[in-house]
Amino acid sequence: MMNTKDIVYIALFAALMAGLGFVPAITIPSIGVPVTAQSLGIMLAGGILGAKRGALSIVLFLVLVAVGLPLLAGGRGGLGVFSGASGGFLLGWIAAAYAVGYIVEKYWNKLNIISAAGACILGGVVLLYAIGIPWVTVAASIPFMKALMGSLAFIPGDLIKAVFASAVIVAVKNQYPLISK
Amino acid sequence: MISLYYPATSPVHKLAAGIKVLLLLILGTVLFQVEQIEILVGVAVLVVSLYGVAKIPFKLAFGQLRPALYLLAIVFIAQIFISDLETAIFVVLRFAILILAASLVTLTTMMSDMIAALEKGLSLFQRWIPVAKVSLALSLTIRFIPVIGVITQEVREAQRVRGMERNLFAIFMPTIIRTLKMGTEIAEALDARSFDAEDEISTGKSKK
Repeated sequence: MMNTKDIVYIALFAALMAGLGFVPAITIPSIGVPVTAQSLGIMLAGGILGAKRGALSIVLFLVLVAVGLPLLAGGRGGLGVFSGASGGFLLGWIAAAYAVGYIVEKYWNKLNIISAAGACILGGVVLLYAIGIPWVTVAASIPFMKALMGSLAFIPGDLIKAVFASAVIVAVKNQYPLISK
Repeated sequence: MISLYYPATSPVHKLAAGIKVLLLLILGTVLFQVEQIEILVGVAVLVVSLYGVAKIPFKLAFGQLRPALYLLAIVFIAQIFISDLETAIFVVLRFAILILAASLVTLTTMMSDMIAALEKGLSLFQRWIPVAKVSLALSLTIRFIPVIGVITQEVREAQRVRGMERNLFAIFMPTIIRTLKMGTEIAEALDARSFDAEDEISTGKSKK
């Protein structure tokens, strides 16, 4: 059951996601792919709030994007972003936050940087791409392998984000734990 | 708070937010059933002329497509290689229509109307969705966005004094911890003013 605290935390993380959208994208020089901070927010939402609240905060964030706030990285927003080919990644964020939270909750008592990074990679990278890439494949009718190859360039940045997120998740667990087990 | 709304008086602006979203959903579903490019071109002309009706300047209308151009170009090239030029045009045109139509709804609907329509839509499902809690969460988030900006700025200034403004971890951690502490205080304040979230408030309005 959701109490007032849960609702406030969900709202705070949705706002935090918006804040991460204002962080300028860092471009990795050797690959030339922009790395945005928002997929980091997905991992943090799940890893700090847990599966259910983490996923709900992403739902809330996406609702605000859909109603027309330009909160996605680069000032994008509105309903149009969901009808594009990359809409699957946006919806995949919800599942990704849930998965990261679920694994972190499972390992809560012995959570360390390794298990937290594992959660972030499985939920925030593997699962996210498992939803996003087939979506691109179907929506743009291009072969699966082409879509997969096109996404590979983002993987190094995502792995760096997963390691960073896990360090934050473990540190927040030690200082201000919000998941009770 | 900056929104994407473009103020003007037009029939497109006047149409109720809920109806616009509903029409958009229907368009999205129908568009993927269409197989003749002639129909697609017709729909494209219709959507573009609606931009005219809504008095939206060309530059702004094109700006809606710009973020997707890169991806559309990749899809276009990939399609030429796998199938043919006509399929490539077809797929890209379908995306362009969907993005333009969805952006038109966003550009012509005020955010407050959109949220009101959303709450109205949700209240149809109030047996399953706690509408009051959703409303509270929505308004809290909108309020929190600038607050988090302020907290981040304060943390950055504090870390600059220590020469750590380039250390992302030293920026993230205090920001998150301060944000969470603030959240705990706000929740306690809300409970003290008896916003009892355990209550099922069936009116769809949140008590303040």
